[in-house]
Amino acid sequence: MSTTLDAVHVPTAASPAPSRVGQKITFAKAINLGLRRALEQDPKVLLMGEDIGRLGGVFRVTDGLQKDFGEDRVVDTPLAESGIVGTAIGLAMRGYRPVCEIQFDGFIFPAFDQITTQLAKMHYRSNGRLTLPVVIRVPFGGGIGAVEHHSESPEALFAHTAGLRVVSPSTPGEAYTMIQAAIASPDPVLFFEPKGRYWEKADVDLDGEPSLGLNKARVARAGTDVTIVAYGPTVLTALKAAEAAAAEGTSVEVVDLRAISPIDVDTVAGSVRKTGRCVVVHEAPVAYGAGAEVAARVTEECFFHLQAPVLRVGGFHAPYPVAKIEHDYLPSLDRVLDAVDRSLAY
Amino acid sequence: MSPTDPSTDGPPTGGPSTDDGLVQLLTPQGERVSHPDYDARVAHLTAEDLRGMYRDMVLVRRFDTESTSLQRQGELALFAQALGQEAAQIGSGRALAAQDHVFPSYREHGVAHTRGVDLAEVLRLFRGIDHGGWDPVANGFHLYTLVIGSHALHATGYAMGVQRDGRVGTGDPQRDTAVAVYFGDGATSQGDVSEALVFAAVNNAPLVFFCQNNQWAISEPTTRQTRVPLSHRGTGFGIPSVRVDGNDVLASYAVMSEALERARSGGGPTFVEAFTYRMGAHTTSDDPTRYRSSAEEEHWRQRDPIDRLAAHLRASGELSPELEAQVAADADALGERIRAEVRAMGRPESASMFEHVYATAHPTVDAERAWFEAYESSFLDSAAEGSHR
Repeated sequence: MSTTLDAVHVPTAASPAPSRVGQKITFAKAINLGLRRALEQDPKVLLMGEDIGRLGGVFRVTDGLQKDFGEDRVVDTPLAESGIVGTAIGLAMRGYRPVCEIQFDGFIFPAFDQITTQLAKMHYRSNGRLTLPVVIRVPFGGGIGAVEHHSESPEALFAHTAGLRVVSPSTPGEAYTMIQAAIASPDPVLFFEPKGRYWEKADVDLDGEPSLGLNKARVARAGTDVTIVAYGPTVLTALKAAEAAAAEGTSVEVVDLRAISPIDVDTVAGSVRKTGRCVVVHEAPVAYGAGAEVAARVTEECFFHLQAPVLRVGGFHAPYPVAKIEHDYLPSLDRVLDAVDRSLAY
Repeated sequence: MSPTDPSTDGPPTGGPSTDDGLVQLLTPQGERVSHPDYDARVAHLTAEDLRGMYRDMVLVRRFDTESTSLQRQGELALFAQALGQEAAQIGSGRALAAQDHVFPSYREHGVAHTRGVDLAEVLRLFRGIDHGGWDPVANGFHLYTLVIGSHALHATGYAMGVQRDGRVGTGDPQRDTAVAVYFGDGATSQGDVSEALVFAAVNNAPLVFFCQNNQWAISEPTTRQTRVPLSHRGTGFGIPSVRVDGNDVLASYAVMSEALERARSGGGPTFVEAFTYRMGAHTTSDDPTRYRSSAEEEHWRQRDPIDRLAAHLRASGELSPELEAQVAADADALGERIRAEVRAMGRPESASMFEHVYATAHPTVDAERAWFEAYESSFLDSAAEGSHR
């Protein structure tokens, strides 16, 4: 599926070994260091994907890992996504913990059958005799000016499939610990990485251990008037919206879902019972999206606390548009604030 | 339609249906013929070994007919017969070592038998009480795969794991390990099978692609999948490939032994086309009279794999009437046991649908299970009547 257009050129300095405390590192480097730590700690962990070895991945997320861990553990695969996931399933049956990279979100569909028909169901159909600890890393989402099939958000398709865990980190620190938690999970995990955030830096505690696990949401910002639920790339958008709303006297609470399967209904409902208003934001199309599930669960759990219908802000029911107009498709700060205003005015 | 369409009467000629180039050690009449490359592969087999193969094939055929009857009696939802493919399965299965691992499709009852799977367990799937039925690890025999060709990739990945475990090319016959994937002529058209051939080839994986060309993918003849013999698929990927008479249990054993040895010794994958025939329907839901002729079926009945070995053993005085009667009695006993065990297989608890969805707790599953159990228990008379349904 790879084309020459995939060669995203990311300037990377030769990376010196980071000190262990409070390094300011990029989102991509945080995942790289999380993968490195997993490779160091468990000889059964191996990475598989297109261009992830010598090149270090088109986003350089696996930069330097093949050099240090060898070609048998950081595997440049043939260009066949179904083959990557299908062989990862076999490796997992043999006791390995494969971490697959799908180069871009829109390339995952050749592997859709292996993921939903085989990977998701093997534990079930074997009556628990087989576990498949496979992680599938997917750079997802838009905003980077890419060509067709390079900016999609297909997470709901996988959250709809029982047997899969679906998560998305929103910060470098979360990315660092969540990738390790995903690799440690005995269940298959779809790990959606917000590629538009790959170059953002933050302080990361490199000695930090995964604490929240893969089931829990977190309150990224406390507030009292409206709850914004987001995950992955839109958490930052939500936080910026909360900042802007605060300037106008509105207190917004931001819940970072972290996991789309399972959705941490308790944390979301706890917030909405307090605020009475809920806006869900994701890049994926709103129709049939994760936001619909959040809206339904919030309605079931918080019906008598709601002051307004749950509103959704996200992509439209149209194919991801061309780069020149993608920012009108994506949930912008203004559209999120518009939804907050509509919720308050209801 | 190709002029080589096998649905026309008479023996196969040309194209994918040619029987040219098949490795054969027993003629359809049971005459042992010499083959310079494969005689040595069977030289160690004793008359007792051959009688064992005969017995296995008879037992598996009895399992087949018993299971078909059980489906007709309403005891099974569906059944897929292996009828006619016993030699390909028993011959290749007996060449496997204990440490080898097999990825079957859904018609590999003969291979299952050679791996020590209790054939009654195979019917749990067809009775609709289990999606699997046996322990795939303990038997070195993975669960049946119903989506055609998907498991070729699992087998390839497993073989890549065997390589990483250092279980290839050590020279220790107890240690070196091969993987085998069984699939049919229809599966060769699946993209996953081609991807598996690519991954196996470039990784030099210790894997045998064992393709049972039984001439029919439900109603589609092999000519709808290929215009050349299927063994060419392997060759095209740079994988050593061989065609074998799949109704010849000795040749199937010999060819599989060679392929497994290549895999275990580090020589990489092999593609085996076992040329055979699905004598029965695709499944109990199928009606082959709609797409193939009785003349074709008769042609293949003359090549019955069990008759062939029996004729060979009788001619060499190695199969007494007493032994034949004993094997027939064993087959009857197996049929009776299967019948009794299947009828005793109960219905799983409804709430078992929530088990093993995940290996670790998943709140959505837990919440739905709790709701379902509360809903079920809300029917006050359910305990008295066993069920509200």
